[in-house]
Amino acid sequence: MNFISWCYFPARLAWRQLIFDRTKLTAAISGVMFACVLVFMQLGFKDSLYDSAISAPVKLNGDLFLMHKQAEAMWRPAKFQRRELMRVLGHPAVMEVTPLYLALASFKNIETDVKRTLMVYGFDPDSHIFNVPEINNHRNELRLKDTILFDEYSRPEFGPIRQLVAAGRNITEINDYKISVAGVFQLGVSFAADGNVVTSDLNFMRIFPNRNHNMTDMGIVKLHPGSSIPQVQAELRLQLNPFIDIFTYEELLRREKDYWANMAPIGFIFGFGTIMGLVVGLVIVYQILFTDIANLRYEFATLKAMGYEHDYFIRVVFASAFFLAVLGFIPGLMLSVALYHLAESQIYMPMPMSPNKVITVFMFILSMCTMAGFLAIHKLKAANPADMF
Amino acid sequence: MSKIIDVRHLNFSFGSGEMERPVLKDVSLSIEKSEIVLMTGPSGSGKTTFLTIVGGLRQASYGSVTVLDRQLIGSTEQVKIQVRQQTGYIFQQHNLLKALTALQNVSMALEMHDTMTERQRLDKAAEMLIAVGLGDHMNHKPEQLSGGQRQRVSIARALVGHPKIILADEPTASLDKQSGQEAVGILKKLAKESGAAILLVTHDYRIVDIADRVLELEDGVIRNA
Repeated sequence: MNFISWCYFPARLAWRQLIFDRTKLTAAISGVMFACVLVFMQLGFKDSLYDSAISAPVKLNGDLFLMHKQAEAMWRPAKFQRRELMRVLGHPAVMEVTPLYLALASFKNIETDVKRTLMVYGFDPDSHIFNVPEINNHRNELRLKDTILFDEYSRPEFGPIRQLVAAGRNITEINDYKISVAGVFQLGVSFAADGNVVTSDLNFMRIFPNRNHNMTDMGIVKLHPGSSIPQVQAELRLQLNPFIDIFTYEELLRREKDYWANMAPIGFIFGFGTIMGLVVGLVIVYQILFTDIANLRYEFATLKAMGYEHDYFIRVVFASAFFLAVLGFIPGLMLSVALYHLAESQIYMPMPMSPNKVITVFMFILSMCTMAGFLAIHKLKAANPADMF
Repeated sequence: MSKIIDVRHLNFSFGSGEMERPVLKDVSLSIEKSEIVLMTGPSGSGKTTFLTIVGGLRQASYGSVTVLDRQLIGSTEQVKIQVRQQTGYIFQQHNLLKALTALQNVSMALEMHDTMTERQRLDKAAEMLIAVGLGDHMNHKPEQLSGGQRQRVSIARALVGHPKIILADEPTASLDKQSGQEAVGILKKLAKESGAAILLVTHDYRIVDIADRVLELEDGVIRNA
């Protein structure tokens, strides 16, 4: 017996028996679909969280980044003295060092006067530390006193800033300090901040009167072209005070992601949600397979009496599990795509359905159904022809 | 003539120790090619147990059961499967697969081996269904057939693989007189054509006339062998 008939015949029998009882099939598919949607949503939220966590750092333009060791992430910085940056300037490969000032502040909605917290980035407008065209194009406006740029990907609760600015209503308050919005740019929100604002370092000190130039939150280092980043990083580490961390671009992104994955319980919560979804799906598929075997045990015993081997029925059960996985996954994927779009429009966070995620979830669902198959094949022992006839 | 089934001094009990209940006591019986043997007896006399041992469905440990030159006492599962594959089994209930049409049910008996193409299997199954008078019902599912029709599908399924042995356990029990007569009539006709040995267990005395030999099993002992 060749391999094709080895799996084709049991699979065909499994298929015929599955489609025979449409009600039960619908229930089983719904169960798998439910698990599938649950896992997709959990993973979607998790990835979206991680992606949004780095929406600002990913746009930073630098080779090396200095942060205080006590800083948990960019949104929870720890201040350090600006002279640490001067130390870095001493290295021959370093071209430029820019201090970046970070703080959360409340922004007053121009229309409703409601205040919400957002992230304020302060830096010298002449330095080119953000790879965001709109920020670099508004350099001149940023040099003016009490001006800011507003991130139009911020949550809508801050008001329709682009339209308000176009209409000339661009005066509002940050931290109860009057500023004017000079324009908008595109960055993206994170779980830490509902919006973003960039301003000059001078304006930053005006908005936050208790801050001064000597204490910075981050240092952005640019090297001369052709320098070895890891080598400079290693050399600088020796020169810097031990309380200063120095990261490459990739290390910074990983660190920002890891903060949400590990330091915050959010990674755990979504992981837990994923597992719960799979467990519920497992139980449903197991129940369906188990009752199927129980109901069909006379038929299986009959086939055994005709000379079918025990392994044939194991293949039938796994084929059923496979069909349920595929049949539940397809509508589950379609529903999840729709829910991703809904979520994107509701929470303003990117939720892309990447091929990677599709494959991952399908593998999860397939393993879930295979596991249910393993649990259910015990019941095949009940199909013993000697006990039945 | 060669002996297809040769049973000598078969003893079989259910349970063990104090709970041991003997079912078959020193049963000896042989059946030859093309022979139709009918075994009758009251319920609980051990008829079905005897049938399941001969059919390779139940393991017995005392005596000798040789079926198609294979010893079934103390045999491996593989030997029993080989015997089952050359045996056509007809059950008291039709035991058809609910989800499959009559044609698919019959061709299930041919799917264990790769010697045929799908087309050949379906043609053969169709031929057999025509032979049992169900040419118009090939694509019906069991629930769309009457009791007599189902049992005829089941006969077609048992015979389609040209088995050397046909074992039938109360094939007429759930049928009325006419469908019962028809069913066993077809069984006899087709079996004679293919030269299979038939062991038919029943307490339906209406079908005694089809047998070459009638045995009575009572309390695990063969009376008028």
